[in-house]
Amino acid sequence: MNQPVFVAGTGIISAIGKNVAECLDALENSRAGMAHMHWFDSIHRDRLPVAEVKIGNDELAALTGLPGTKSRTALLSMVAAKEALADAGIENLQSLRTGFISANSVGGMDKTERFFTEFFRDNTKGRLRDVVNHECGSVSELVADKLGIKDYITTISTACSSSANSIFFGARLIKNNILDVVVAGGTDSLTKFTLNGFNTLMILDEQSCQPFDENRRGLNLGEGAGYIVLVSEKVAASLKKKPTVTLSGYCNANDAYHQTASSPDGTGSFLAMSGALKKSGLEPGDIDYINLHGTGTQNNDIAEGTAIKRLFDPHYPKMSSTKTFTGHTLGASGGIEAVFSVLSLQHGIIYPNLRLKTPMKDLPFTVETEFKNNIEVKHVLSNSFGFGGNCSSLVFSKLMSG
Amino acid sequence: MQLKKLFIINFLKYNMYIRATGNISAQKTFGHPPFLTEPVAYPGNRLACIEPDYKEFIDVKQIRRMSRIIRMGVAAAMECLQEGGVKTPGAIVTGTAYGCLEDTGVFLTKMVEFNEELLTPTAFIQSTHNTIGAQIGLMLQCNNYNNAFVHRGFSFESALLDGMMLLKENEVSNVLVGAIDEITNTSHAILSRMGLYKQESSSSLDIFRSGTKGTVAGEGATFFLLANEPSATDYAKLDGLKTFYKPEGIKEIQGHILFFLDKHSLSLNDIDLVITGRNGNAGSDKIFNELEKNIFKDKKTVNYKNLSGEYPTATAFALWLAANIARSGKVPPVLEYAGQKETAVKKILIYNHYQHIHHSLLLVSAC
Repeated sequence: MNQPVFVAGTGIISAIGKNVAECLDALENSRAGMAHMHWFDSIHRDRLPVAEVKIGNDELAALTGLPGTKSRTALLSMVAAKEALADAGIENLQSLRTGFISANSVGGMDKTERFFTEFFRDNTKGRLRDVVNHECGSVSELVADKLGIKDYITTISTACSSSANSIFFGARLIKNNILDVVVAGGTDSLTKFTLNGFNTLMILDEQSCQPFDENRRGLNLGEGAGYIVLVSEKVAASLKKKPTVTLSGYCNANDAYHQTASSPDGTGSFLAMSGALKKSGLEPGDIDYINLHGTGTQNNDIAEGTAIKRLFDPHYPKMSSTKTFTGHTLGASGGIEAVFSVLSLQHGIIYPNLRLKTPMKDLPFTVETEFKNNIEVKHVLSNSFGFGGNCSSLVFSKLMSG
Repeated sequence: MQLKKLFIINFLKYNMYIRATGNISAQKTFGHPPFLTEPVAYPGNRLACIEPDYKEFIDVKQIRRMSRIIRMGVAAAMECLQEGGVKTPGAIVTGTAYGCLEDTGVFLTKMVEFNEELLTPTAFIQSTHNTIGAQIGLMLQCNNYNNAFVHRGFSFESALLDGMMLLKENEVSNVLVGAIDEITNTSHAILSRMGLYKQESSSSLDIFRSGTKGTVAGEGATFFLLANEPSATDYAKLDGLKTFYKPEGIKEIQGHILFFLDKHSLSLNDIDLVITGRNGNAGSDKIFNELEKNIFKDKKTVNYKNLSGEYPTATAFALWLAANIARSGKVPPVLEYAGQKETAVKKILIYNHYQHIHHSLLLVSAC
């Protein structure tokens, strides 16, 4: 039960790039992905910037081999999952017990919205093919079928912590000797449903977001997908490209405070972070970098910051919110940020928290504002917190040579 | 096809105990009344849950704010915890294929109708798939593990596997695992257009005799308290769970079933009762007909979807049924069980499939 689980591959698509290399380049050069809506359409187009993946569904279809008529959520998922599997380079995949554990927040909602424009007036109208993949699980199956994975498939949806949960559920399937290889992460595309939902909550920033800034105004919604390939020790040993990163800790806790708001002291966040550290056998001082949940809302950042203060004070690791690049990709964010965390360990890099002007007055620490390389990064903590009080933290660690 | 590989996947063997249940269904199941002694038949193709008086379980102010599926889920969970005498479960894990459809439909319809204007947040907030698990956690002030699986006909089985692994990992001593799915007017209209339901059904209890296309729509909120230590009041033991996806044919299905039993050092001879997921749709029931001609030939099989209706998380109703049969040793007459009445039913195999995509096996035995 205590054997390590290795990260053998990473794959990503987001507003800052269609693959790992493009995203790394944007991170290094402080190129954020927020812009006016281009492919996505909404009456809020002139007021709310979003972090769109910068290609249309037809191009995504060409990249994936899936029909362009399918939900954009599935198309994004396929791009990143395919890259992760290719990166892992597992030659005998068909003879291994392989699973696809995905996550998303609203399934094929982008198509369901289209269906509803006719259906809501007359329930005999609307094309059924637009609603057939409405279910969250249906989006995962489109991708799993295309990847040829059928041994175990499931989908998790715990709002913004969804894909952190899918990653650690995947790791546990390996630890329990149920699977050998798991492609785990999550996906979400921009939908009117979520944009308008967040808009009614009045937590969307009309400018580019400024997480952990005293004058932060809210979050920018983004879209994308991020997956990692987890493998057992035995599979890791058989690979040509030897994995150097493990998922060493994880924890899921509930804030039990409010359906959408975080408790002021960040109880859930604290429990998730401290539980993940305990699982990894590490002390707070061992963490070199925290990839923050850092949405940019008043509520999240003070709750998360307060929990970090309680756990880490007075020795703070480097920290940043990469949502300053990708926007908040909801069900995909845990997957995307897991990829960034793994890359931080692999390349010895720390990402900037863009646009920071005034550090938060109530916190005794501040976030990183510059891209840094040649840093020794041994352990990274990645936070994902969501509606319903769902808080999950993951710890990724670099294998020490010798 | 590498059968050998297929048969060793996603298989978990671990003894755990079903300590308590809470079930809101189309039958009289809530509040633990006599076990299915008064079956309810429904005309038409929609079996709606019999809802309880929620006041006993949920604060009146909160009831008003909750949509129907949230009320059902929370009440079933609370009843389960009350029966188990547990205030704070070690984990809360839910499975739902469709999530909170009513709230989703309300927000979506208004958004389309008023062209993204005049919207209020309530329906959106409550539409997220983890709402029910979150509400349970909030009411109990439970900071423990809380997860939500949303994978069609595997939603409940995934939640159950998560709960079983948590117990096996010794992270917790008990877990609350449940399944919730609702039928709404919208989902019923859409799924009817997709041809899922029977055009004519005079009585839901007779669907297995219809020989026609389609099934009847169901819904339910069913929770279980699972523990890794036995207690004096357990319903049954849950011995194992296995799922398989899109099997290629009857041979593969039979292989999975026999392998699953073999891994538990059992053969079909040891099984006293098979509960199958027959739903009255002539097409998809073919699998069960085939099995009854082959490996289930001499087995007593009973079906349950004439009681619960068909829905992606209906296996939760089957597990509730198996737990109650194992505890009493008796099969209620409504299941038309023609077995030897003197022998108690001790080992039960549940085999369900949802639209021939999601297949699952559960093994339940008397304590």
